[in-house]
Parts: sequence; structure tokens; C-alpha cells
Amino acid sequence: MTTTHTTMDQRHLSPGNSFIELRARDRAFSLLDQNRGVELLGPFDRLESRWLEDQGIVAQADDGCVIVLGAVGGKSALIIAIEGAFQGGSIGETSGMKIAHALKLAHMDCEAGTETAAILLLESGGVRLQEANLGLAAIAEIHDAIVTLKQHVPVVAVIAGMTGCFGGMSIAAGLCTHLIMTRQGRLGLNGPEVIEQEAGIQEIDSRNRQIVWRIFGGSQRYEMGFIDTLVDDDIRQINQSIRHILSRPYTAKPLSLCLERYQKRLSRINVPARFDYLPSASE
Amino acid sequence: MGVKGRRVHVGVVASGDLEVLLEPREDTVSVVTITTRIEGHEATWRSVLERFFARHDKSVRIHINDFGATPGMVGLRLEQAMELCINDNDSHDNGPKTFEPR
Repeated sequence: MTTTHTTMDQRHLSPGNSFIELRARDRAFSLLDQNRGVELLGPFDRLESRWLEDQGIVAQADDGCVIVLGAVGGKSALIIAIEGAFQGGSIGETSGMKIAHALKLAHMDCEAGTETAAILLLESGGVRLQEANLGLAAIAEIHDAIVTLKQHVPVVAVIAGMTGCFGGMSIAAGLCTHLIMTRQGRLGLNGPEVIEQEAGIQEIDSRNRQIVWRIFGGSQRYEMGFIDTLVDDDIRQINQSIRHILSRPYTAKPLSLCLERYQKRLSRINVPARFDYLPSASE
Repeated sequence: MGVKGRRVHVGVVASGDLEVLLEPREDTVSVVTITTRIEGHEATWRSVLERFFARHDKSVRIHINDFGATPGMVGLRLEQAMELCINDNDSHDNGPKTFEPR
């Protein structure tokens, strides 16, 4: 047994396989066939945020958002990767609009007969508070674009890194057709820091990593049925999961038709009566 | 002297790190612009850049977005950018690009 564990640990720790260790641009290219693709609005287009400099924050040339068009499993695919290391992966006016318009381009491709699936590599604390309403507006456009695009093709979200996916981008994740997470990933509407700030440390201690990951972590999200696939932090496994999803025939199914599934899940746990208004699936 | 190569982007604007955008130039002048929140340290920036250009007698345009990187980190990122600029055979910077973990 000891030998087996050592082998596994070595595999998990191998830096060459870790998806989380990669920066956003490398993550995006690591998912494409032959690792080849074309980056849209890359750093040399210098589409920086207009709002950060006045607030004494250094901007990034791609505003922390990488868009790459290529092929995944021989099919046209758009990869959108958020750089979690820049401003916590927050979505500002520029990065948000890059995402929304890229999704709209994929939709135009689909309408024109070239099915282009979208894969979102989410690593985001949500809206960039320094860009306030402009960021929120951009996130609303992202939501709209996902809902429109998923009528045609799968929209897959991957939540890999420790930053996780919170706020408006967790809603974006919820709108996707497939969700893939690692155990290290986190997913929630309000992040632990925000909950602690608003409701006090008796509600949640955001520095208690064990509690935080038991509530928001990938394993918990998988066991609760909120996500489709739980993977190791492994480039190959994430690639296989995505290729598996894209290789199957796709039928768009809005969440409103999945009510029965969620009702069953709710009935298994002790839910307050206020959930009783949920209509049955036959209605 | 002018440098044959492709334009290169390395690094990220994250704590202790920096972003370097390096582009080859045809003529004999290099142009460097730096955006940083850290005030002062002009002499340190100058010596890091002088050391870099002493090693590489090449004409390039460099833009740096700095997030409090140490001089050592700045030097490593510049070296990394120049290495990729010269050695990468995958030349069409706007065309298909090959993934290399870095």
C-alpha cells in the first residue's frame, strides 16, 4: 500500500502535469489539439483597463483575460481563461467585454454553420469592485451570451485553482452546460471572506481552510451534485473530461427542465418550508 | 543592432512579479517603458536594465508592468523574454502558437 501511495503522490506532485500551476495563457493552450491556437486580443493589443491607473493599480496588457480559438478533439472551440493571479481574477469592463464578445463570436460561428463550443477556465472572485457597475454590466452580458450560446453547443466551465469562482462568475458557472472542478477549486455565490465580513466570524472563519473547503470545495460540490466531473489537478485528466463532453451528442437542456433532479436532492436534506413553492416537474 | 525574433510576452502583474512585453526593433535604439506603483528606485531600475543590455546588444522595445518585483525577478523575466524572442522558431506571433509551460 505504501508503495502505491508513493507512486500516486509522485504523479500528483509532478510539476509537468499540474494544470493549476499554469498561468491562464498556458492553461488555454494546454487544452487545444497540438497545443495550437490563435489568441484574440492578446497582450500586444494592449487592451488594458482604463480605470485602474487612477486608483494607483498597475494594469495588465490583457486585463487578466486570455481568449484563444483553436480545435479540441478536432472540433472548433473557443477557450476563455481568466488569470487568477491578476487582481484575483476579477472581472472588469475590459476583461468582461472580451469574454462576452468572444462568446458572441462563437454564437455567430454556430449560426453560420461552424459549431464552436466554449470552454471557460474560471478563476475569479467575481466583479472587479474598482470598476463597479461597468464590471457588473459586463458580467450580465457574459450571462446573456452563455445562455444564447448553449442553445447550440456545450459551454464547459473548469474551476481548477485555489482562487475558485465566486460572485457574478459563479452565476456564469451555474449557467454553463457542464462543470468540471478539482478538489482544490472552490465554488460559491458569496466567498468566505465576504460572508465573514458581512455576517461575522461566528458565521464562518474564512481563515479556517478545512471549513472553507468543506463548504465550497470541489469534493463537496461534486457530492452535492452541483458539478458534473471531479478531476485531479492534471492537464491530461482535464483534457480527457472536456474531450469526452464534446464528443457526445449535445442536446440543449435548460436548467428549468431539471427541476425534478434538484427537488429530489432538496428532499433528501432538511430544507426549510420556504422551498415548498417549487413546482413539480410535471407542471 | 537589430534583432531577428518574435515579440514575446512573459510574466503576470501579480504580487512580487511583473509583466514584460518585448518586441524586436530594426534600428539601433532600444526603448523601455515601465509602469510601477513603487515610487523611487530609479537607480536600481537603471542598473538592472544596463546589466541586461550589457549582456544583450540588441535593439528591442520593452514595456514592463511591475507589481513590486525584486531586481532579481526583473532580471530573470527580461532574460526569459529575450531567450524566447531569439530562440523561438515559432515565428508568426499572431498566427498559430505552440504551448510551452513556463
